[in-house]
Amino acid sequence: MLRSRQAFDGQLMQLHQRLLQMGSFVEAMLEKSMRALSEQDVNLAREVISADDVADAMDLDIERHCMELLALQQPMSKDLRLIGTVMKVIADVERIGDYSVDIARTAIKLAGREYFKPLVDISRMGEIVGVMLRRALQALVGNDLEIVAEVIERDDEVDKMWYSLLDEIEVIIQERPETVPQAVSLLLVARYLERVADHTVNIAERVAYMVTGHFETLAPSHRSDYRLPDDNTTD
Amino acid sequence: MSEDATRPWAQDERDEAPKGEVIARPPGEIRMEARELDMYYGDFQALQKVDIAIPGQQITALIGPSGCGKSSFLRSLNRMNDTIEGTRIEGLVQLDGEDIYAKGVDVVELRKRVGMVFQTPNPFPMSIYDNIAYGPRLHGVTDRERLDETVERSLRQAALWDEVKDKLRQSAVGISGGQQQRLCIARVLAVEPEVLLMDEPCSSLDPTATFRIEELMLELMDEYTIVIVTHNMYQASRVSQYTGFFMLGELLEYGPTTRIFENPLDSRTDDYVRGRFG
Amino acid sequence: MGMRHRISPRVLEKVAFGGLWVAAGVVVVPVFGVIAYMLVKGFGALRLDMFAVSTEGLLPAIVGSSALVLLTGLIAAPLGVAAAVYLTEYAHEGRLVRLIRLAIVNLAGVPSVVYGLFGLALFVMLLGFGRCLLAGACTLALLVLPLVISTSEEALRQVPHHLRQASWALGATRWQTIRRIVLPNAFPGIITGLILSIGRAAGETAPILFTAAFYSLTHPFPRSVFDEILVLPYQLFVMATEAPDVTLEEKWATAFVLVALVVGLNIAAIVLRARLRKARRW
Repeated sequence: MLRSRQAFDGQLMQLHQRLLQMGSFVEAMLEKSMRALSEQDVNLAREVISADDVADAMDLDIERHCMELLALQQPMSKDLRLIGTVMKVIADVERIGDYSVDIARTAIKLAGREYFKPLVDISRMGEIVGVMLRRALQALVGNDLEIVAEVIERDDEVDKMWYSLLDEIEVIIQERPETVPQAVSLLLVARYLERVADHTVNIAERVAYMVTGHFETLAPSHRSDYRLPDDNTTD
Repeated sequence: MSEDATRPWAQDERDEAPKGEVIARPPGEIRMEARELDMYYGDFQALQKVDIAIPGQQITALIGPSGCGKSSFLRSLNRMNDTIEGTRIEGLVQLDGEDIYAKGVDVVELRKRVGMVFQTPNPFPMSIYDNIAYGPRLHGVTDRERLDETVERSLRQAALWDEVKDKLRQSAVGISGGQQQRLCIARVLAVEPEVLLMDEPCSSLDPTATFRIEELMLELMDEYTIVIVTHNMYQASRVSQYTGFFMLGELLEYGPTTRIFENPLDSRTDDYVRGRFG
Repeated sequence: MGMRHRISPRVLEKVAFGGLWVAAGVVVVPVFGVIAYMLVKGFGALRLDMFAVSTEGLLPAIVGSSALVLLTGLIAAPLGVAAAVYLTEYAHEGRLVRLIRLAIVNLAGVPSVVYGLFGLALFVMLLGFGRCLLAGACTLALLVLPLVISTSEEALRQVPHHLRQASWALGATRWQTIRRIVLPNAFPGIITGLILSIGRAAGETAPILFTAAFYSLTHPFPRSVFDEILVLPYQLFVMATEAPDVTLEEKWATAFVLVALVVGLNIAAIVLRARLRKARRW
């Protein structure tokens, strides 16, 4: 193979690596923010908040590298798709980082007072979402389409959990109005987690495009004809 | 890439022209076509079983590494291979459904309908006017007014009129390379062809002149069917609607240009467009 | 430096150039030397009345040579150029073509005396022309034919192939292309070749010895192609060997005139080619 193309291949691999590094970094941010919330650890929460700067810097850095490769190398086919994928995925990963920060801030806000109920469901949601993210990153490593399908299934589960949590909290705040501040914050956290799950699905869809060259909206929830389980409205 | 029915993303709902066929057949009018075309230079087989359909009023690009047969194929479309000793073809080449290699075919008429522009500009050592008028005069036009009209029309079509209208009597050899190539294009247009064959028309030109010729091609596309051989695949991606990839005398893949450059079906095409061949 | 035993490249270069100059000199010097010698030796006899119309005058011979050479050209040119066109533009490489080329090369090597005898047998006797201008011209035409063919072929080959391709691609037939593109562009080369051939013909003695020339004459200028003629080479030959009352000076003077004619033709060819070349650039 031509030496210039060998060098280019090296650059593409490097790009891939850096994306994975950013992904792992943000994965750790998410995990820490959830732990900070459940253990009410303010220091851990602050760590997460300051880590966001690093994540943002990685985002910018990788984007610049992509633009450079586009301008100088005229990539085609697989190579072009890789670079396009990387550029979109870093945006999703960066948002996940931002949501982790939001969760960390909530942890700080709620620290010092006991929770009105143990955070079983939210923690469980956090775990599942954490796994989704990890699996999406693994799909990126291995160009593995099976994992993509798995992530999409999990998203359904997360959506269901979100809706049931919403119902549960609606009931609780009606019975015990003094729990409203905490309940609202925790509801927001659940919402953040649900958003993280969506971004994870985006990442999975991008991996599918990178591998097959066809762009699909694969997750049912991303399609316009999707209906909620208890949706009574007609369109 | 095999089609796997269990994967949801294998069900493509977009209505693209024949997807999933390595050698596609463009929809719409087909002007020229080759079927099972073999070509030999003596004992050497330059083309193997080439099947390709050239769509009308579009630009079709032929790419591939040097020596892959794309120029030989182009020359078989207007029987210019006949001028080289020892060449032989088997198979079918059709223009509007008629076999151009059939007995009794008038090659002169064929070359009027299927014109060619060459790699290095080759204006005749005569005036610009006489260069353009050469074709029509060959075919019997002597009326001065008609010739004047034809010369002007052709030079305008080739986007050269404004630059040379005051020096029509000057030698064609004195103008720049890019202008000479446009002159050669005008010269071909003067005989009113239907198909334009271009064999690496920009390879001896600088980038600015190249872009002007590409502009010109896009303008001419509305009236003419254009087939261009180029060793610069970026040029192919810029101007063509359909692209064919040749290698070692075989047409390995042929389809919409977007497919060839974004997501080719054949791995050899993929390696080539990504620059992975040395 | 450890190169003491080898000759330096600069010295070698000087030696080589020196050698080449000497070689060139060996060729050029005798030519000018001979001309100068003739001029010096014959100077006394170079008078205007040399060109008088008498057997000692040179005018009839000059006219005869000119007519001969012109007619030779008129015969050899169409035949030679046509043959050259056939060989370069139409013929397919094969045994026949190789045979033809072999024949041409061999024709060029035939001694001129043999041409003279052949011309005698064919034109003078078999075809019944008798000894005359026509027979001489035909014989000389055969002699210079290989030269015309090869110079014309060379000129035709010089026309860039891509011009032919451009013409064919526009729908021209082979002949149209030859007529409109190839021949006009090969013209300078072909003409040059023709003039060189004529120059060669002007100086030949043996072929016309048997077919056209004679020394004393009743009428100085030929009235038709079937008349005999006086020609310079033969004039010179006779003057040098037989004529009793011709001075040495007069012989040298005649020789000088002949050489001047040939050299003049060659120079004309070169000048013409240069002019024609400037007028056309690829």
